[in-house]
Amino acid sequence: MFNIDETIKFYELNDKSITKNEAFCILNKEEIDERDYISLINCDDLDVLEIAAKRAKKITEMYFGKNIFLYVPLYVSNICSSGCIYCGFSCSNSIERRRLKEDEIDREMKYLKNRGFNSILILTGEDYSKAGFEHLKKAVNIARGYFNEVFIESAAYTYEKYKELALEGMNGLTLYQETYDKGIYSAVHPVGKKRDFDFRLNAVEEAIRAGIKYINIGCLLGLSVNYKKDVFFLLMHVKYLMEKYPNIEISISFPRICPFEGIKFCYTKVSDLDFVKFIVYTRIFLKNVGINISTRENKNLRDNLIGLGVTKMSAESKTSVGGYLSTHNLKGQFEVSDDRKLEEIINKIKEKGYNPEFNNWVML
Amino acid sequence: MSFLIGGKEINSRLFIGTGKLPSYEMIKSIIEYSQIDVVTVAVRRIGKGNTWGNIIDYIPKETILMINTSGARDYKEAVKIAQIGRELTKSDWIKVEIEADTKYLLPDNEETIKASEILVKEGFKVFPYITPDLIVAKKLESIGVSAVMPLGSPIGTNKGIAAKELIKPIIKEIKVPVIIDAGLGRPSHAAEAMEMGADACLINTAIATSNDPIKMTKAFKMAVDAGRSAYEIGVLQEKDYADASSPLTGFLRGV
Repeated sequence: MFNIDETIKFYELNDKSITKNEAFCILNKEEIDERDYISLINCDDLDVLEIAAKRAKKITEMYFGKNIFLYVPLYVSNICSSGCIYCGFSCSNSIERRRLKEDEIDREMKYLKNRGFNSILILTGEDYSKAGFEHLKKAVNIARGYFNEVFIESAAYTYEKYKELALEGMNGLTLYQETYDKGIYSAVHPVGKKRDFDFRLNAVEEAIRAGIKYINIGCLLGLSVNYKKDVFFLLMHVKYLMEKYPNIEISISFPRICPFEGIKFCYTKVSDLDFVKFIVYTRIFLKNVGINISTRENKNLRDNLIGLGVTKMSAESKTSVGGYLSTHNLKGQFEVSDDRKLEEIINKIKEKGYNPEFNNWVML
Repeated sequence: MSFLIGGKEINSRLFIGTGKLPSYEMIKSIIEYSQIDVVTVAVRRIGKGNTWGNIIDYIPKETILMINTSGARDYKEAVKIAQIGRELTKSDWIKVEIEADTKYLLPDNEETIKASEILVKEGFKVFPYITPDLIVAKKLESIGVSAVMPLGSPIGTNKGIAAKELIKPIIKEIKVPVIIDAGLGRPSHAAEAMEMGADACLINTAIATSNDPIKMTKAFKMAVDAGRSAYEIGVLQEKDYADASSPLTGFLRGV
């Protein structure tokens, strides 16, 4: 299991600022280590970041080529038994709840397939009921008929449950720890099974053991005031997984908290500068990790990040249940910032000299 | 300069990877400008019924398609991917690529032997990508593969033939063609591989991520051809000692 306590000690011992010259010295090294990473994210100098960005671009192209992979999310249910205070689907919010019916899932997926997507992320609330799990399984099963990559972002499950989902066609798991600070974790998850920090942390490995090939983890930036520390923990978590399971493809996300209707809590704003630093230095530190950026971020930032380290993007996303075709007009989980049509995003990627790629796996 | 490989006679000893290029449209220009005969395409990139175009549609019909099993983690996945790939493309040239390590992208030779054995029996022309190991190459040759493809250095590193001393015995002892795959970052690396006696080179990253992939392909093509010509003529050996114009032991010969 990923050892959080040792990581805390290491971070606190090395959480120092560095001079511009020291930063350049680090960037001249062939490999940067954990200590270097902490130093670099503490450095706000733009000249340093520019040199680092050039290096990040080269590394990204070496590992991923001139490709930007595109995927689309589909919310199939917003029924939720957890009360995460930062989430629009929290069980304490009085919103209309529903699960898409099978024929609705099929229609939405057929539509997304026709739009050109081959990678789908199926999302639900935290629904541990038997009916909820069977519904998720069914959604995965329908998805396998249309898409080559089927990710799920749902509740944390056990090995047995992931095995069942894998048999239906799930090949990717997105599961964010949200924050690696146990105190904050407990405060922002007042009710529901999600309160169990360790269960969630270990679920990723349960999925890997069950045969899931793609793992996407992340933390919600802004839950913790010390979000740099959260990002460092996230990277240590990735490093741990990479060393233990070298044949799994791992990617990370840095979602920043997005406001939603009825939001009632204080969070820390994460600046664009820090956000870009996370992406650039993550690429230099963990060369082969995928970096995923969603439509939470605005189009200007997304366009400028192409080539700097980002490898995968969502496009044309809707964050409400059955958001593409449904006439229910349910509320979304959060507000999307980049609402461009897929065509526009494709053109932008091409304009930047990159290949918009829809395929990264073949359903076996 | 034509040579026989996988039951076909081809001219270009430069093979091209397509997985890292900035656009599909470029593939045709690369092939035409440098008269490339063989390109590799990962089965994982071939989408069924793609709205935004299928990579296969951008490859001229007369070009030989070597599909690869990139993304496979073990021999079972590689065999499945090969079967799906043959179904989708009708090509039976399969590069067996099994990477059990996503950090260094080094091939798993053991799983590669297992997959190759099955795929040869299923009638594929098998091109296994391996970490250079003479014993592994010999085992693959006896299985009946169409070529062996040792890496020059790890994928994408552009470090050239760092594994030179391990590749030399493979070229010397193996009868099937030897294709240097991965790690060649400059045309001079490719020329060196060909001078050593490799039968062909496969380049992906160094071309795809260059500023001008079409012209860079040409540069590699010329280097491959130059290296091959030199090998066929017989590359002169480097000398550690120059021929002294006033021999030191000349007095013994009465000079």
